[in-house]
Amino acid sequence: MRTARSRHLVSGAMIGLTYLAAVLATLPLLLILVHLLTKGASSLSLAFFTHMPRPVGEPGGGMANAIVGTLVLIGIATVIGLPIGIGAGLYLAEKKSSPLASTVRFLSDVLNGLPSIVMGIFAWEILVRPIGHFSALAGGVALGSMMIPLVTRTTEEMLLVVPTSLREAALALGYPRWRTSISVVLRTALAGIVTGALVAVARIAGETAPLLFTAIGNAFWSTSLSQPIAALPLQIFAYANSPYDEWHQQAWAGALVLIAIVLIISLAARFATRSRFGAPVD
Amino acid sequence: MTAVAPVARPAPAAAANTIGTIEARDFSFWYGKKQALKGISMKVPPRSVTALIGPSGCGKSTFLRSINRLNDLIPAVRHEGDLCLDENSVYNPSLDVVALRQRVGMVFQRWNPFPKSIYENVAYGPRINGIADETSLDEIVERSLRRTAIWDEVKDRLRTSALGLSGGQQQRVCIARALANQPEVLLLDEPASALDPSSTQRIEELVYELKRELTIIIVTHNLQQAARASEYTAFFFTGELVEFGPTEQIFTSPREERTEAYITGRFG
Repeated sequence: MRTARSRHLVSGAMIGLTYLAAVLATLPLLLILVHLLTKGASSLSLAFFTHMPRPVGEPGGGMANAIVGTLVLIGIATVIGLPIGIGAGLYLAEKKSSPLASTVRFLSDVLNGLPSIVMGIFAWEILVRPIGHFSALAGGVALGSMMIPLVTRTTEEMLLVVPTSLREAALALGYPRWRTSISVVLRTALAGIVTGALVAVARIAGETAPLLFTAIGNAFWSTSLSQPIAALPLQIFAYANSPYDEWHQQAWAGALVLIAIVLIISLAARFATRSRFGAPVD
Repeated sequence: MTAVAPVARPAPAAAANTIGTIEARDFSFWYGKKQALKGISMKVPPRSVTALIGPSGCGKSTFLRSINRLNDLIPAVRHEGDLCLDENSVYNPSLDVVALRQRVGMVFQRWNPFPKSIYENVAYGPRINGIADETSLDEIVERSLRRTAIWDEVKDRLRTSALGLSGGQQQRVCIARALANQPEVLLLDEPASALDPSSTQRIEELVYELKRELTIIIVTHNLQQAARASEYTAFFFTGELVEFGPTEQIFTSPREERTEAYITGRFG
């Protein structure tokens, strides 16, 4: 009797501990959200999305340039990171054991763990220094380089989950290997790959360090790829560092918008995976 | 009907009675250093059903997958000797392996329909043969599904997912998918081993029907199935072909002691 009782006690305590850990795991996000909402929501208005920043002392104004700038940067990064990442992932999955594949796999992991500021320096070295000025393109390249290993590894993982039997079914029907890879393997794994891509986008959307010496920020309206461009993380960084209270307010609101963008992308990723094992019926 | 003739097929008039002959000539096969087949020689006549029997790991699936060269995908495999379809080596370097696989259909142990509609599954092969015309495709799909006796069960739900069918139905859709290519040879790798008895019976009836039109080689662990469904039986043991002959003779008066031991259940 006694042993059974103490066993139940231990079991209960353990369940309690994991329960606590589970709650604690989501606590930071909840705290951040609550904090941002209380601090930032008051400065959030339609004008925040449509207006340019105002000089110090003038109330109101928004971050329209930074919001658009962030979207432009995400766009460039996606155009670079997605095709290269998916292509490389396809190679890794199809040529699992070739020496090149294991090298690429290892280097991808290294690239994945590289501090993001190093990406910024890299983009500065190849796209800012030779050209002579900062640009949106350089920022996009820095973010895109961060996306590549993320997309590569998730694509590979998703493709490896596709059952060999499906691959063999297509090959046995006389499908050439490349068509099997594209129309069966890639297609079956598509939802998972889309999710991976969206997660990668969400991951880079908030990056600040790679933009510091590349996109650098812009107080004015610009969507030109060859000119410096504003970005939410940079604007938040600049405003939070300033001594002005109204700018601090704006920084909170900017942070809220940035989190909202990331959250929307993550939700889209969730939505995309929902039908992963369902049948895409033509 | 005529629309479905892939390029590499010999003119039917030339060899109508021998199309679908498979012959192994001292054929050996290795996975890396491990030898899986040792000098197999046998000739499978056209329009017959041949059962490959033997304990697990004896090489019967390897032999089956060598005929349509599906083993090519595995790294570090090699072979010696030859394997011929209608007198042409399937390992001939100038042979188009894609065309070969269109002539040799295959059905797997675990049914593997694509996550697509029933219609799309069956139309998959013909589509790659360049048949894009909807009327021809409709016709091929219907004919293939009728040949596998599943048309009546699925005709009202052709556009729904093939994954929504029962296991036995999915397997028959997979057979229909293989038949849609109009193959000369059909390879069945334990097609009924994961099915219930009544689905198994339907597959066996199907095999019996289909042998009038094509050569069928079936790998099975089920000896009764081999005895019921096949005309010839090949007994494989540790990579060797121990005995090959008419099924009746193999099961009633095997020449080899090992064959007798296996079919009477003393090992395997």
